[in-house]
This record gives sequence, C-alpha cells and structure tokens, in this order.
Amino acid sequence: MSEPVKESNRQLQSLLAGGYRHGFVTEIDSDTVPPGLDEDVVRLISRKKQEPAFLTEWRLRALRHWRTMAEPHWAHLKVASIDYQGISYYSAPKSKTDGPKSLADVDPALLATYEKLGVPLHERARLAGVAVDAVFDSVSVATTFKERLSAAGVVFCPFSEAVRTHPHLIERYLGSVVPYTDNFFATLNCAVFTDGSFVYIPKGVRCPMELSTYFRINAINTGQFERTLIIADEGSHVSYLEGCSAPQRDENQLHAAVVELVALENAYIKYSTVQNWYPGDAQGKGGIYNFVTKRGECRGARSHISWTQVETGSAITWKYPSCVLRGEGSIGEFYSVATVNDHQQADTGTKMIHIGAHTRSTIISKGISAGHGQNTYRGLVKMLPSAHGARNFTQCDSLLMGGQCGAHTFPYVEVKNESATVEHEASTSKISDEQLFYCRARGIAQEDAVNMIVSGFCKSVFKELPMEFAVEAQNLLAVSLEGAVG
Amino acid sequence: MSAKREPLLAITDLHVSVEGKKILNGLTLSVAAGEVHAIMGPNGSGKSTLANVLAGHAGYEVTAGAVTFAGADLFGLAPEERSRAGLFLGFQYPVEIPGVNNVYLLKAAVNATRKARGLEEVDAFDFLTLVREKMKLMRMDDSFLSRGVNEGFSGGEKKRNEILQMLVLEPKLAILDETDSGLDIDALKIVAAGVNTLRSPERACVLVTHYQRLLDHVVPDFVHVLMRGRIARSGDKRLALELERRGYDWVTGEAA
Repeated sequence: MSEPVKESNRQLQSLLAGGYRHGFVTEIDSDTVPPGLDEDVVRLISRKKQEPAFLTEWRLRALRHWRTMAEPHWAHLKVASIDYQGISYYSAPKSKTDGPKSLADVDPALLATYEKLGVPLHERARLAGVAVDAVFDSVSVATTFKERLSAAGVVFCPFSEAVRTHPHLIERYLGSVVPYTDNFFATLNCAVFTDGSFVYIPKGVRCPMELSTYFRINAINTGQFERTLIIADEGSHVSYLEGCSAPQRDENQLHAAVVELVALENAYIKYSTVQNWYPGDAQGKGGIYNFVTKRGECRGARSHISWTQVETGSAITWKYPSCVLRGEGSIGEFYSVATVNDHQQADTGTKMIHIGAHTRSTIISKGISAGHGQNTYRGLVKMLPSAHGARNFTQCDSLLMGGQCGAHTFPYVEVKNESATVEHEASTSKISDEQLFYCRARGIAQEDAVNMIVSGFCKSVFKELPMEFAVEAQNLLAVSLEGAVG
Repeated sequence: MSAKREPLLAITDLHVSVEGKKILNGLTLSVAAGEVHAIMGPNGSGKSTLANVLAGHAGYEVTAGAVTFAGADLFGLAPEERSRAGLFLGFQYPVEIPGVNNVYLLKAAVNATRKARGLEEVDAFDFLTLVREKMKLMRMDDSFLSRGVNEGFSGGEKKRNEILQMLVLEPKLAILDETDSGLDIDALKIVAAGVNTLRSPERACVLVTHYQRLLDHVVPDFVHVLMRGRIARSGDKRLALELERRGYDWVTGEAA
C-alpha cells in the first residue's frame, strides 16, 4: 500500500469516529418485572394487558414452541451469546397506571426525550400532519390526530388498546402472516410482546395522513418486543413511518420485533423505516441487537406492499422485510439503505415469494460499509409453480469506505415456473479518492463531499421515502458516517 | 501589459515524487494575471503531475520547492481551500459521481466558495439562470443539469462540463489538463471559445496539452516545453509551431 493511500485510510478512520447523538437516558420510575422467562411471566404480561383468553393461550403456545427451538446462526454475523433468562420482559413507565388522557398527562421528562429525538408529538410541530403513536419501553404514551383519523374510520392505536377495542380483528389477523412458529426471535416475540401499533384502514379509504410510530428503548436490560399489525382493507391506501433510536448503554440490548402487514384486494401499504438504534461504541461495545421479522402479505388481487428502510443504527441488524405475493397481479417492493460503521454488522435483505400469477417485485438494496463494519445483503426470490408470468428485478449495490470493512451478497433464487422472469444486477464500488478529490478541487469540503457521494449512491432508495423522512434519513446517514474517507 | 507585477502563481524549484519515483525535478515557472501559458511535452514528462500537484492531489509527494498562489503558500492549503482561493483544475479524466446531480455539485461548489468568503448562498433562481446561460455557450442542453456528474457522459461531454464548471466558478487561475485531448474539431472550438470567454487582465490560464491545435484557438502568451520534470525551453506561440514541425526530439537534442 502506498503512502498516500495509508494516509487517506488514517484520515478515513478518524473521520468515521463520529458520536451517537441520541445517547441520553430518561430518569423515570419504571414498573419492571424481574429478569427471566417462564409461563408465569407470559401470563403476567397478558394479565397486565387485560388480554382475552385466546391471546393468553396463543402466547403460551408460542412460548412452548420457542423452548423447542434453537437460536439461528446462519446469518453472516458474530453475535455474543444472549442470556434469555437475564432479560426483563416487561417495563412500563410507572406513573401511567391508567394511561395519559392527553399530552398534558404525559410525564414531562418523556416529552423532553421526544423533543430531543425530534418526534413531532405536539400537533403543530415540525412534522404537522403526522400522527404519532409513540412507544416508550413497550407502552404507548400518547397518540395524536385520533379524531381526524377516526372520522375517516381509520383505527390507529397502541396494540394493547386494539386488543380490547377490536379483538375480532386481532384474532383474525394476528399471526396470519408471521405464524407463532415462524422463527426463533418471532416466536419469542409472540410469547412476550408488550405493545406496538395497530392500524386498520377500512374499505376504500385513503388514510388522510402519514401514520408514524417512534420506538425507543430506554430501561436497562429490557428487551423490546413490539408487535405491529397493519390491515389495509379492499381498495384502501396507507403510508406508515417507523423511526427508532435507543440510549447509549454498555450492554447489548435485544430488540426482537414483529411487523405484519395484510393488504386485501387493490389495497396499498407503504411501510418506511428509519432505524437509528444505538450502534455500540467505536470499539464495538454495547449496542442494540436488532432481530426483527417483518412480512407483508398481498392477500388480494392487485394489492401492493412497499417496504423502504434506512438502517443506520444497531450493533447488529438482522431483518428481511418480505412480501408474500398471493393475490393475482400483486406487487411487492423493497428499497433499502443499510449502513455499517465501526464494528456494526448488518445481515439484511428481503424475501419475495411469488404465488399469484403476474405478480411483480422490485428489490433495490444499497449497502454502505465503513470502519470495521460488515454488511450483508441476503435475499430470496421465489417463483412458485402458480406464479405464471411473474417478474422480479433485483439490484444490489455495495459501497465500501476504507479498507477494513466488508460487503457480502447472497442472492437466492428459486424458480418453479418457466414463464417467470428474474433479473439480478449487482455492483460493488468504493468511494474513490478520485471522486473525493474531484469534489474538493471544486471547493467542497471533504465531509460534504462524502455525504454528497453517499446520497447520490442512495438516491434511488431515498426517493421512495416520504419527504419528511428523506431529509431525516440523509441527516442520519451523514451522522452515522460522520467523517468518512480521506 | 504592466512591467513587473507580483506573479499570480510562482513555482520555484519544484521536486515531486509518485510512489518513490521522481517526476518533477526542479521545475520553475511564473504566471502573472492576464497571461495564458501553454505547457507541452511528451508523455511522462510530468505535465499532469504538475497540474495535479497544484490542485492538491494526495497521491503526489512534494520533496522540495515552493509554490505561492495569490501571495499564499499553496502547499499550506487543502484542495478545497485552493479552489476557494480561485484555483481551478480542469481534469484530464473527469470522474463520474453517480446519482449526484450535475447542477447540485456545481451549486455546492459555488456556495462553498461564497461561504468561505463570508457571502450568502446563491439564490437558486439566479444561479440556474447563470448556469443555463453558460451551458448555452458550451452547447449543452438542459438534460445536463439533472444528469449525474459526468455519469454516462461521452469524452467530449465531460470536457465541456469541465469548462462549464470553470465558467461558473470564474477562477483566478485555470489549469486545464489536456482538456483538448479526445475532442473533435467542433468540440475543440466550443471548448476554446469557453476558455477565451474567461480571458481577462485579472485571470490567468495554464493549458497543459500535447498538441498545437488547441493553441490555434486559444493563443498563448508563453509556451513551455516540459522534459524530464523541468522546463527545457520557453518561448512564445511560435515555439509550439516549431515543436509541431520538428518534434520533441529536437528539444531533447538541443538540451542534451
């Protein structure tokens, strides 16, 4: 390696050493159960949530099944062993035994936390027009814009509330996309999930605003197990935004969420995520283990599910937002930007399961690796015998910054119908010294040049994000790669 | 032209190595405002090295010598600072930056310089009007605004884009590294017209070129022949014509 290259790598390393900006802890009393997991804990959670018997039973079936399962280790990840008996499975802010009636009832410390995160809890705040169901350590503390939504017939509430108000919908759809036997982490979630969001869009309704949930893990040693269920009835339309961050801790924290989407005939669901959980420090200590199962089913003909994710946080990200394309002519999309820096690892991608005829799917994945980060794209495109004339297009691009990171691509393709078409394009590139020099020779500072080049690389994904999220995503990307490349 | 002025660019006994190999070997050159200098020379004589070193490319090691630009120590400035101080390098091989709008980069460049000078950001509408005007001069259509920087551009389009950037940034000193190579005669005339537009008593230009033909359209005040890392001969525009006729061996023979 020549001297100039070495030097530029050194500069890269120092520039990459940006700090995590959401690493503060909120001091409030929590109602936390002691660590450990058994049937009593599951029953306790279910009782605290005043759940109907069918749900308690479902949780217990999941727990029993989970005990027969082994932690999966097929991903391209190095995971420190997790002590599942050392985790506390329920933590709720103590003051809210009967829940806040309005923003005025919410603990001011909590509100200040959201303020720092930039969550638009106040209705006339920056992101006016966004309804927020904020989940704070498993319990939703405030839901806004309820009236306007309910006028349209839209149900948007904490999952635990939906269990009480719409038990028939829960019973019908919960676990219908991700069954309780699905995988180790999803099954664990089924047993112990505490809260999350529930959305139901009635027939023919176009949801009048973007729906948004902001998740945040606060208490020490609490796993966060949210459960989100979105049902878009025939001909309806909804765009849902999910943003995440967590405070800075030395311990690793487990986050095992499940998201299920159901799109009926002609329905459209757009699900956007900006994930900024704490990634651990520059030496790889601490950080969130983000093991998430996200799956949508295009159940009806011509239905459409679109996943967009920008993953900048977490020590480890392990998630594959997927689409089951059952309805004839249904459409699945996955647009992803995954960034790893320092010692972060990501193994992410999607599964597109084509069942119906003339189903179509598009996968655009942009992986950015810096520092010692390891970034893996793993995707499955499956064309079943019934998928006549189905089509997939996949594009996977990797961008490397510096010489110590890695990018890996594992595309799996199974085609059981001859009339189906699968296209795959892949590229790996480096932010070249020549690109940086070119920008700098035009007066643009190095960091701005890096951000510009990275944003250019991610453009085809960013343009899928709702406007307010696109700006946040670009900023987050800039922070997480702060000072990359020399 | 006034008699003795402070030169805009003063290079004194410059020695430069690349990966341990000596490329520039005691080069001295002085460029005053208002002047156009052509630097010619065979392949490997150090022409591009000189251009890149002046712009601040990290792949070159300056082992001895000094360069002042507009009175400042050039080597004390980062590449972006050199640009903001009014030094422009027209690249021989402009790099592609996929997904970054051409006009976006240009605006970022203009604003970076304005910010460094304590000025407000340029008005978006005024800026676009200005860029469109310059694009017309370079015979570039509107699609160049939104295309990725040099992304999928032909060789000639890339070179015209360099000159467009130069016209918008209005540098004090433009160093054009083989901007003429790979251009057909029509494109060459367009590029030359662009360069001539910027000629003024306040500005200077250094044309690095292999061939005389650019100098038919941009007539230089001085021509230098670079051989083995130093200037072997200097003259006026007639030197370029003589070189064309007699080849570089003629200079080598005389210098030896």
